[in-house]
Amino acid sequence: MSKIVNIQGRAVPVVGDDIDTDRIIPARYLKEITFSRMGEYPFYDERFKPDGTKKEHPFNRNEYQGASILLGNVNFGCGSSREHAPQSLVRWGIRAVVAESFAEIFAGNCVMLGTPALVASKEDVAQLQKLAAEKPGTVFTVDLQAMEVRAEGLTIKVTMPPSRRNALLEGTWDSTALLLANATTVRAKAAVLPHPSGKS
Amino acid sequence: MAKGTLYNKIWDAHAVTTLPTGQTQLFIGLHLVHEVTSPQAFDMLRERGLKVAYPDRTFATMDHIVPTKSQKRPFMDEQAELMMQAIERNTKDFSVNFFDFASGRQGVVHIIGPELGLTQPGMTIACGDSHTATHGAFGSLAFGIGTSQVRDVLATQCLCMDPMKVRRIEVNGHLKPGVTPKDVSLYLINRLGVKGGIGFAYEYAGSVFDEMTMEGRMTVCNMAIEGGARVGYCNPDETTFDYLKGKEHAPKQENWTQAVARWKAVASEKDAVYDEVVKFDAGEIEPMITWGITPGQSVGVLDSLPNPEVIADKGERETALLAYKHMQLKPGQKAESIKIDVAFIGSCTNGRISDLRAAAEIAKGRKVAPGVHAFVVPGSMKVREEAMAEGLDKIFLDAGFEWREAGCSMCLAMNPDQLKGDQISASSSNRNFIGRQGSPTGRTLLMSPAMVAAAAIAGHVADVRTLAPLGAAHV
Ligand code: SF4
Repeated sequence: MSKIVNIQGRAVPVVGDDIDTDRIIPARYLKEITFSRMGEYPFYDERFKPDGTKKEHPFNRNEYQGASILLGNVNFGCGSSREHAPQSLVRWGIRAVVAESFAEIFAGNCVMLGTPALVASKEDVAQLQKLAAEKPGTVFTVDLQAMEVRAEGLTIKVTMPPSRRNALLEGTWDSTALLLANATTVRAKAAVLPHPSGKS
Repeated sequence: MAKGTLYNKIWDAHAVTTLPTGQTQLFIGLHLVHEVTSPQAFDMLRERGLKVAYPDRTFATMDHIVPTKSQKRPFMDEQAELMMQAIERNTKDFSVNFFDFASGRQGVVHIIGPELGLTQPGMTIACGDSHTATHGAFGSLAFGIGTSQVRDVLATQCLCMDPMKVRRIEVNGHLKPGVTPKDVSLYLINRLGVKGGIGFAYEYAGSVFDEMTMEGRMTVCNMAIEGGARVGYCNPDETTFDYLKGKEHAPKQENWTQAVARWKAVASEKDAVYDEVVKFDAGEIEPMITWGITPGQSVGVLDSLPNPEVIADKGERETALLAYKHMQLKPGQKAESIKIDVAFIGSCTNGRISDLRAAAEIAKGRKVAPGVHAFVVPGSMKVREEAMAEGLDKIFLDAGFEWREAGCSMCLAMNPDQLKGDQISASSSNRNFIGRQGSPTGRTLLMSPAMVAAAAIAGHVADVRTLAPLGAAHV
């Protein structure tokens, strides 16, 4: 699996606190049994009117097409655990999300897809969002080694849980193989733990 | 770091090893599966040539997408029918236990786990659904996971996890008449904030929880996630054991005695150390409603809606302004002045038998207000059966409510039960996010099931305490 060390690209600001996963991907798109088309739907109801005409939304603006870094605010990705939310962002082109804070499940889901979810201070996020809004062409660098985001002379510190960072840097973010390696220990554990069949 | 808590004990008992990333490999005792977040995970197993490692610890049902008016197959909605076929195929191909309609045990995944006795104290429980915390009511460690993690649990019965901090939330004193577990839940989210629980497991304790029924504890644990906490739990006690005794999958005979001893030992120690302790007074809690677009934006039913201009935090103020715009409500307006179009009783928060009883008590002998579309959706086939045996269906039908089949229904917008246009609902579910109930401009007021019934009858938000049960003597 690939190691995720640096992400470079333009950044799209999605301003607002408590942007929940129902807003990122409305539930009706969860009816599809594969993730393959999720890239068409992020923020769908905020981007399109019921008749299909476009609304004002950063994901609709020409200058942010092809952006790879999403800049959010507080409690980004709260609500439903649906992986469809990060899947839709990643399949749209997002490779890293930087925000003031994340809902737990969302941040974990991002990393499972090889996409860092990085936390920065309120002031720093405001600076990044301002830069991305005023100069949408700016190329940002997310550096997981230095734990920094850099752009146009701006350098800000970001954080993420060390274990998740390691998983990305080492290329072990797809965890199934890691877990499978200990199957024998797992069997021993299972034998001594309670079972839902009611047998003690 | 917390020490001696139920959280620590279950975590330690289920830790398999420390992974090279520094995360813990955690064994999952019970894996619950539903139709929406699992098909991609089963496909990932197929792609990698993997099997389900512990099919006897894996239980599936369908709840999100199923229609509740008629569950005749094939479903009218082609996509729903395809999803149904996928879960049928996947559970068959991978030999996973499946509670479908024919089993008589189908229902919302968080309702059937407890009612079948699968959910037991001391377990780790995972499900591709954020309301998995519900099962914490039994003193288990239960959390929602994403689809790639569903794949991990299917393939290995384990997850890569980082430990959480533990916050003990004590609510002491006694709840006032008419105040329900749902109100406790909304109150706590209001006070601690929708992101207050990020990074925490919530331990609910104090006399209010000691006195609360299992169904009430489930309602509160269910909404831990709305306060940002991925895990919420109550320590197991006699109330827990009484509930479990005799349930289909609960331990029997000599196994029962052993199990109870083990369950008692898993509770937090008296001298347990917590990362944080917060205390609330039960007497402060009123029947609550949400007025906004996050479950934290709530007021007591007799209050007026708050003034957003006085909110110090800029982000919160902006969310409040957006909420007023979306909800078409005004600061200062009385909560009771909000008219409703739709009344929904159901969901994994409040679709259990006690919820239906509480709502029926209010509905009995009364009529739904003209113009209000009111319906009741039992959380499972078993809840439905039990309610019908008690005649609750008849009470609801006489009052002008529809009586439906089991499913998630209008809690979310994946089945035909949806708001239209900017309709506003009184809903016993758990989320009032923009678009949650199916229409991008639809609006949701969260409240207890009895309050939903009261709103259905009044045609607007109403204080349930002013509606004494009619003919209560005959219930
Ligand atoms: S009832 Fe609602 S919250 Fe519960 S599992 Fe179904 S959709 Fe999710």
